[in-house]
Amino acid sequence: MHKESAIREPLILGDKTFKQITDDVCRPIENQAPRGWYILITIATVIALYGVGCILYLIGEGIGTWGLNNAVDWAWDITNFVWWVGIGHAGTLISAVLLLFRQKWRMAVNRSAEAMTIFAVIMAAIFPGIHMGRIWVSYWVLPLPNQFGSLWVNFNSPLLWDVFAISTYFSVSLVFWYIGLIPDFATIRDRMTKPLTKKIYGLLSFGWSGRAKHWNRFEIVSLVLAGIATPLVFSVHSIVSFDFATSVIPGWHTTIFPPYFVAGAVFSGFAMVQTLMLIVRKVMHLEAYIHTKHIEYMNIVIMVTGSIVGVAYLTELFMAWYSGVEYESYAFLNRATGPMAWAYWVMMTCNVISPQLMWVKKWRRSLTFTFILSIVVNIGMWFERFVIIVTSLYRGHMPASWAYFYPTWVDVGVFVGTIGIFTVLYLLYARYFPVLAISEVKTILKSSGENYKDGFGAGEGYYGADGSHGHDHHESHDEVVENTKHEETVAELSEEEIAKNKSTLLDRIGTAEASEADDLKQISGVGPVLEKTLNSIGIFKFEQVSKMTSEEYNLLDSLTKSFPGRAERDNWAAQATELMTK
Amino acid sequence: MADKIIYAMYDDDDKLLDGARMLVSKGVHVNEVFSPMPIHGLDDVIGVRHTRLGIASFLYGLTGLMLATLGMKYFMIDDWMMNIGGKPSFSYLENLPAFIPITFEFTVLCAAHGMAITYLLRNKTLPGMPASNPDPRTTDDMFVMEIRTAENTKYSADDLQSMVKSTAIVELDEKTV
Repeated sequence: MHKESAIREPLILGDKTFKQITDDVCRPIENQAPRGWYILITIATVIALYGVGCILYLIGEGIGTWGLNNAVDWAWDITNFVWWVGIGHAGTLISAVLLLFRQKWRMAVNRSAEAMTIFAVIMAAIFPGIHMGRIWVSYWVLPLPNQFGSLWVNFNSPLLWDVFAISTYFSVSLVFWYIGLIPDFATIRDRMTKPLTKKIYGLLSFGWSGRAKHWNRFEIVSLVLAGIATPLVFSVHSIVSFDFATSVIPGWHTTIFPPYFVAGAVFSGFAMVQTLMLIVRKVMHLEAYIHTKHIEYMNIVIMVTGSIVGVAYLTELFMAWYSGVEYESYAFLNRATGPMAWAYWVMMTCNVISPQLMWVKKWRRSLTFTFILSIVVNIGMWFERFVIIVTSLYRGHMPASWAYFYPTWVDVGVFVGTIGIFTVLYLLYARYFPVLAISEVKTILKSSGENYKDGFGAGEGYYGADGSHGHDHHESHDEVVENTKHEETVAELSEEEIAKNKSTLLDRIGTAEASEADDLKQISGVGPVLEKTLNSIGIFKFEQVSKMTSEEYNLLDSLTKSFPGRAERDNWAAQATELMTK
Repeated sequence: MADKIIYAMYDDDDKLLDGARMLVSKGVHVNEVFSPMPIHGLDDVIGVRHTRLGIASFLYGLTGLMLATLGMKYFMIDDWMMNIGGKPSFSYLENLPAFIPITFEFTVLCAAHGMAITYLLRNKTLPGMPASNPDPRTTDDMFVMEIRTAENTKYSADDLQSMVKSTAIVELDEKTV
């Protein structure tokens, strides 16, 4: 197994076992949702419905209800589109790029980040849809045979590239996310007891059974999908930037746009991941899996990408001056000092200055600070797109048509509405889906779990009957094997002794009839074969098991001979007591 | 004799791996392993062959690449030579740079979806399929090895059982087919 340096902070805190990982992730799904969830989803639904109302009003009345004017023909719509697509980038970056780099900490956040990606891209897709004006002919963006003299879409246009990029990105992210979800849905399916929920999760899990061959394929599919999703992520936001960069508008046609947009997307996406994960870990009690170190890692990504964005801003300014093109120079001078300078300086403060604060270790490890900063970055990145779009357009080549931009209530309503829809989707996800990649987290337990790193691992009962404990085989362990084997060898007993032990055992724990038998298999450690053995001795009920102490365990071991010491280690008595009360 | 299936259950992936190594070294054929997570190194031990899905994905990608090229050649050059800004599309090669983004996207689209669909079909994991894991705990914390007596004719069922018991199992189950 892959070993990890002891000085690296563990990724899973506490003394977790495989079982506990499953329990911790499934608990929110199995239990009643907290009251806060209902309050939040009610508020979010109201906002979402208001947003849907605004969208319907917009479609009914036309784009004129937005604040667009003769000069500013793109504003909040495309700003929101780019903002949401950018947010989406973190999910794929975490699940694909970090998979290729074998960054294990991704496993704590990849599932939720991918969910965020998918919902964010859905929100983004709303905007090009509605800003077309006639949404009912939006299928015209596809190259379909038609009656207009076979008029095809323009494959030279970045806007069409965007159609292909966004739809590919959305569908591939969805597939990537779902393939990872299948084994975890199977885990939930196998835990559910209510027939309906079991049926639903059974359908969602596609009948996954965890066969060795399937896991073999699973790993390759994940790896290949990560391999092709990585260039996809970079291409998508590059193409979004081409929407601007291939135009002839001063302030837009710069070659730095693709890398600058991609870095900005990752920057804003990670900020949104931080905002969401800091809430999720707290509310769903996942502090052992998503802890300060994970937050710090993400803050470092924010710091690096934020710095790239900062350098890009300064490069733009330099190029505007150095190029000697007066229109270009004016565009940037106007951004920084014109009537909309306030937006520019909001952007500069939130995106250039704030990530630099992450150099301070104490701050980037502070959860409160991170939360506040992540919101600051989200705001800053919205303003970045607003600045690029609106402040380049409102004072174009012709001073006669210069104008200012004021959003209308429809602009605001649609934007706030998408935040509402996004929140509704995310809340539903957090309630019914496994928010942590259960099977993936289990694979890192032994290399990055705190317990295993400290050298014990899985707590009691982890040392097997033969004293082996999995991670490595050096000499000291071999001695342990010898010793434990000696201790646990059960002497062969004569038939009278067996009969005597049997009656002594039954005297102490009480007798029972086969007709009133409990399902002893419910006790962890008891399988069908062992149950039969127990039944043959005369143990049928939890009540009997619950009365066992170490003496009875020894008697039992002498009779069953199969798993010496097992009953005591697993504390059957305590388990049985608990099962009796159920 | 009826085919018996022995399910050897472990509570740890490494214990199962050690057990499988031991059994295989004695010539036992391990039919299947059910686990809640991938067990690295197991495939070679129990003889699961490496998947060819990667190659399949490459071929799907090539198909996408070809389709995109042919499609855009037809739409933009042959069927309707679109004149954009006084720059007509005379040949595919001259216009190639403009076609690269969509060619790339379509290649990725076909490679990803082709592979995903193949994966689900080959696994027989599709909506509505019944689960076939022998114990519900195999998706939680149980690692189960399935051994069939019919595939291990040189050992008797009892021999197999005692061999399995000598590994670090926590439970044993049997099923007669």
